[in-house]
Amino acid sequence: MKKTISVLVVSTFCYIVFAQTVSKDQMQRGKTVFETYCLTCHQEDGTGVPKLNPPLIKTSYVTGDKRKIITWVLSGTTEKIEIDGEYYSNNMPPQNYLKDQEIADVLTYIRNSFGNKSSAISATDVKNVRATMK
Amino acid sequence: MKKIILLPAILFVAFINRSCANFGNDTINAVKTIGADESNLVLPQGFNAVAFAKGLGEARHITVTPNGLVYVKLSKLKDGKGTYVFNDNNSDGISDATKGFGNFTGTGIAVKNGYLYASSDFDVYRYKLNEKFEVIDPEKPEKIVTGLLNRHQHEAKAIALDNDGNIYVNIGAYSNSCQERDRTKGSMGKNPCPILDSAGGIWKFKANQLNQTYGDGVRYATGLRNVVGLDWNNETNSLFVMQHGRDQLHDLFPDLYTTKQSAELPAECMYELHQGSDCGWPYIYYDWQQKKKMLNPEYGGDGVKTSGENAQEPVAAFPGHMGPNGLLFYTGNMFPEKYKHGAFIAFHGSWNRSPEPQKGYFIAFVPFKDGKPSGDWEVFADNFAGGEAFMQPGKAKHRPCGLAQGPDGSLYVSDDAGGTIYKITYTGGK
Repeated sequence: MKKTISVLVVSTFCYIVFAQTVSKDQMQRGKTVFETYCLTCHQEDGTGVPKLNPPLIKTSYVTGDKRKIITWVLSGTTEKIEIDGEYYSNNMPPQNYLKDQEIADVLTYIRNSFGNKSSAISATDVKNVRATMK
Repeated sequence: MKKIILLPAILFVAFINRSCANFGNDTINAVKTIGADESNLVLPQGFNAVAFAKGLGEARHITVTPNGLVYVKLSKLKDGKGTYVFNDNNSDGISDATKGFGNFTGTGIAVKNGYLYASSDFDVYRYKLNEKFEVIDPEKPEKIVTGLLNRHQHEAKAIALDNDGNIYVNIGAYSNSCQERDRTKGSMGKNPCPILDSAGGIWKFKANQLNQTYGDGVRYATGLRNVVGLDWNNETNSLFVMQHGRDQLHDLFPDLYTTKQSAELPAECMYELHQGSDCGWPYIYYDWQQKKKMLNPEYGGDGVKTSGENAQEPVAAFPGHMGPNGLLFYTGNMFPEKYKHGAFIAFHGSWNRSPEPQKGYFIAFVPFKDGKPSGDWEVFADNFAGGEAFMQPGKAKHRPCGLAQGPDGSLYVSDDAGGTIYKITYTGGK
């Protein structure tokens, strides 16, 4: 019984933290960044392009480790990459010209759109990863 | 005048022993052609389409032998095999026998002078055929060309053969517009573009010589960003290709191009090639509305400046990004007279038109007379995607990719999204 209560308390706490961090404003700002820099390749609904540009719907890259997806956006790739068993061959340009806040916003938007539900990313998260890449 | 032709509901084709006749007893599987197809093609009056074969996954290019065997190259292994052959033993228009062989994936496939040619994204192989056009030793292809550049973008090595013992291979540019950093805003074009020495063109090799590399072939044509649809035209005795035009004018240069201009203007061009042809990539794109060769913004273009005085003119130009993946000059007698010598083009369907609506996912036709287009292009077979709601690359139920002509003059279409092989016939409304 005690255990159940503590689980409830912890989940409620998590819910509140989560609800606070994924703000409506951040989602709106993220959508604008997405439409400006990401939409052409990944498509408006995140379905991507088979064999070329990966989808953003419930893939391990998008919903997984924050640092990995931040690194990905900052560095881009010229490799043929495998995501969840499928290969994608188009180059992704590095998006390191975007501000920390813009990257935080767009990644939070992607991680909470198209059926995804993952934690928000902050400008500090991006700043920390960017610092390790210099 | 068009009418919707429903693909007939096809009963499950039971596996019957006589279908073994062509391929040997141990390797035959029944082809499952169960139920009607969800995508009802829209065809001109008098034409009919059936699903000749289904469930192939990524069916890229296709070729049909003079006795009606259908060879298909896959870009993803199906049951561990990368090439499949089909036969319609009972002549009901639906394949009733199939066999897979070869462990490599790819796009190109062709039959010529007793051999089946097939390409991976690195090499070109050939298999000797017997008098019934069956592959004699499926496990031991000979390598004709090897070590071709594959840097993941535009990697498909589409092939075509002439009547003088040569094979032509596309080596696509691993780049959108030869920027210092590919597809990166603010990055300008390299001048001269170093990609062109080993990619961004068509290379010519001997069809009967083993283990050729770059040094054994010649760069037949250059300045071609990427070619997937190509065909040898026996009337003009020359190679025709469909270039995939450049992407992302608006994304990379938002001050110079609107999303609409970016979606429409950079044409998908048809070129007739000869030794030494230069089609101008990456320095120019072709604006099909103005009918002009435009200087690319990566090289100082602004949407107004023309360039490429020495670059070849296209013989036909189509709206941007539709993805011409198959080209076939029709020489059959089944279709009405207007189709004779004309070009069918399989438009795989766009992605780079977003946020504008996507386009393509159809087969177009261009009438030809005396080796040149004699009229405007038109949509021949439409609705591969399965309706407006599916006109997106990740949602389309089917995407036409390869084209081939059957011995009776029927048109075969391969689909690399739904894995269907369509057979289109003309019945004249009968």
